[in-house]
Amino acid sequence: MSPSAKDRLLLGVLRGCAALAGLLVVVIAAFLILESVPAFRNVGWTRFFSDPAWHPAPRAEAGQFQMLPMLAGTLAVMAGAVLLATPLGVLSAVFCRYYAPPALGNAYRRLIELLSGIPSVVYGFWGLVTLVPLINQVRPPGASLLAGVLVVAIMILPTVALMADGALAQVPQEYLRAAAALGLSRWTTVRAVVLPAAKYGLFTGVMLETGRAIGETMATLMVCGNIVRFPQSVFDPVRTLTANIALEMAYALGDHRSALFASGLLLLVLIVMLAGAAEWIGGEPARD
Amino acid sequence: MIDATTAFPPARGSSGERLATAAVWSSALLVVGVSVWMLGGLFWQGAGRINWAFLTTEPANAGRSGGIAPMLASTVLVLGVALAVSVPLGLGAAVLLAEFTDSGSVFGRLVRRSLDVLAGVPSVVFALFGNALFCQYLGLGYSILAGGLTLACMVLPVLIRATEEGFRAVPEDYRRAAAALGMSRTGTLWHVLLPAAAPGLAVGLVLGIGRVLGETAALLFTSGYVDRMPESLLDSGRTLSVHIYDLSMNVTGGDANACATAVVLVVLLLVVNAAAGWIARHWMRGKRISE
Amino acid sequence: MSAGSYFEVSDMSLHYGAKCAFESVVMSVPRGEVTALIGPSGCGKTSFLNCLNRLIDLAPGARVTGSVRAGGLDLYAPTTDLLALRRRIGMLFQKPNPFPLSIRRNLELPLREHGIRDKRRLEETVEHALRDVGLWEEVKDRLDRPALQLSGGQKQRLCLARALVLEPEALLMDEPCSALDPLASAVVEDLIKRLRGRYTLLVVTHHLAQARRLADHVGLFWMLEGRGKLIEWGPAGQIFEAPREALTAEYVRGRQG
Ligand SMILES: Nc1ncnc2c1ncn2[C@@H]1O[C@H](COP(=O)(O)OP(=O)(O)OP(=O)(O)O)[C@@H](O)[C@H]1O
Ligand SMILES: [Mg+2]
Repeated sequence: MSPSAKDRLLLGVLRGCAALAGLLVVVIAAFLILESVPAFRNVGWTRFFSDPAWHPAPRAEAGQFQMLPMLAGTLAVMAGAVLLATPLGVLSAVFCRYYAPPALGNAYRRLIELLSGIPSVVYGFWGLVTLVPLINQVRPPGASLLAGVLVVAIMILPTVALMADGALAQVPQEYLRAAAALGLSRWTTVRAVVLPAAKYGLFTGVMLETGRAIGETMATLMVCGNIVRFPQSVFDPVRTLTANIALEMAYALGDHRSALFASGLLLLVLIVMLAGAAEWIGGEPARD
Repeated sequence: MIDATTAFPPARGSSGERLATAAVWSSALLVVGVSVWMLGGLFWQGAGRINWAFLTTEPANAGRSGGIAPMLASTVLVLGVALAVSVPLGLGAAVLLAEFTDSGSVFGRLVRRSLDVLAGVPSVVFALFGNALFCQYLGLGYSILAGGLTLACMVLPVLIRATEEGFRAVPEDYRRAAAALGMSRTGTLWHVLLPAAAPGLAVGLVLGIGRVLGETAALLFTSGYVDRMPESLLDSGRTLSVHIYDLSMNVTGGDANACATAVVLVVLLLVVNAAAGWIARHWMRGKRISE
Repeated sequence: MSAGSYFEVSDMSLHYGAKCAFESVVMSVPRGEVTALIGPSGCGKTSFLNCLNRLIDLAPGARVTGSVRAGGLDLYAPTTDLLALRRRIGMLFQKPNPFPLSIRRNLELPLREHGIRDKRRLEETVEHALRDVGLWEEVKDRLDRPALQLSGGQKQRLCLARALVLEPEALLMDEPCSALDPLASAVVEDLIKRLRGRYTLLVVTHHLAQARRLADHVGLFWMLEGRGKLIEWGPAGQIFEAPREALTAEYVRGRQG
């Protein structure tokens, strides 16, 4: 083969790889839609929000398909975890760069990196054997929205902290020099100069953690109690959409199975909407 | 680099400043405290059970006693399948994105955007997809092959991103020098770029391995639960992470072994992540064009 | 030297790690006048300036020996309040560096930090500072727009206003015009002239003509054996017309450096 023919072959192969990788997300969406068609046809999407409860059955007429409590569970866990993890994560990054002596800051960053590599099933296991019994002592049953919020918050904290740390590192040194020359104190420098200058990076970090909180399966499955009900307090058990899929997929048939795919589609839509919103709000303006 | 700890003293006698300092330090302490609580507790309870027999025997009594040999084997097999599929595909895509598309091209932008979305897709959605495509349409059933293929899709974005970074870190001079020597693009790629971009590739690989080892949800209904030693890729197999889940949720009295398995898994991941960090810090250094 | 000097530098040296940036500088900077620092690139002018408000603390590994007094206060005494000190000695950088905030926030930030919270007072001070640097008419309708949208010259004047709102005693300026076009740089130069008498001004410049136009006093830095030295300083007339050192004579006549 001549060199140029080889080049053409190579380019073709590479294009194929990239196209396949790029199309994957479309294929996934297509499969979810395809598989949820029976549910949409036989159950109809309004019943997902108007049925009295979630008692799925392989035949649409025999079951009830109310998804709102689980959507509420997902959103409640997400909101709580994000509200907890965001300030902690940002302050962690501030600690690394502006408060800790350099050696301590580096060690702390190492710890956060380590936490970010621990799989969710381990967080879930720890929550199950440690946090749930503790909460149970305060208010039974223990497996609850609160447990889910705490475990997911600990899980997503490294995501925010590392993103925030990266964003703080990008803040131009000239701002710091200007702040120092004006005699601004450490906290004023952080609060009024560094954090505003890093806001796009921080925003991206929050969006990423929110996505992870929505999609988290194992941790919520293991500590939330998995009862399909609107939670009345943080001590009530909840079931998230992801946990529901993981619980029922193994035995679901017919329209039930299809409804699970529909709920997966709902998750995918949530994630894509989140990414869209992030882009729309936080599109970084061109720097001068 | 400015050392902020000496450059910006806290304001003297300002209560707001003191409050902020207290808040920052206590957040850090809280995070350290929770990590020590979690990891310390895990190791404290789990490490004692780990010995050679634990690693090399089959589980007994639904996993309450016995070892984790089949889970280790399944994990390795799933990992192997996932990497065998995703590495060539990811490498190809990364090379195309980094070397053969200009930054403005529509195709490149579309692929990158779609990979970004893919990276955010929850693992349970991958599981649904894998179950539908691999287990049902392709008739693989619950099998290591189906699980591995599902995970291959999942790690693809991570792999491509890191590999692309690796190629971007290769100095422009190399390409110009190769072009000036009249090398074909294929030759340049093989002999010049690939070796120079190897660290990025390695980082991607290691990150991908980490994702695969830790993944549970995507495997629950693709590779399944069966806790026997797998005999072929078409057998169902239970990975370490699924084992932890199953023991702690579905087997009363399984916590002790779940904990020991978790320690094994965490240690594996620590080694993997340390490797990634090490490669990123030492190997990449100096290969980057000045930042 | 005399009661008329603001900065008293005696036998000051600076090392970055093992490398010596400048050595044994002795100088006094007269209060209320313009002092220009000139000299070829890399001889330690910026570093010297940074030592005078302790911004040098930002550089890891920098070590200062000798002593500097500003307005009678020992800058490097362990008890010195760094923040108060930097408020008394303002600084203008070579590259304009407004914060990525609105124009108004850029000026209010140091004021608030100073304890001024009263809205009326803040507004008055901001307006006054902007008028002082001739920026008021240009920006009064867009005070809440990002400062990064200003032109280079406007940014530099905003930075000057930001330094002035704190009513410092001295202003250190590191090549304040070198990133600006000739017109903008003339504007800034005029401003510096107008500040004479109110502040002690120390200006680093590569522009001999500018030094001639602006300075009452001049100091010449030079690189000798790889270290910066202040080889001569004195009234501008003396440096430009009758320098004692041969190097100075050559440099001001444009043959060296
Ligand atoms: N943060 C630093 N760390 C180490 N060395 C430095 C640092 N800053 C400056 N130097 C070195 O100190 C010497 C003096 O630098 P300085 O910036 O003070 O020179 P300068 O006279 O201002 O030059 P120019 O006219 O080009 O601005 C140079 O050799 C420079 O490389
Ligand atoms: Mg300089």
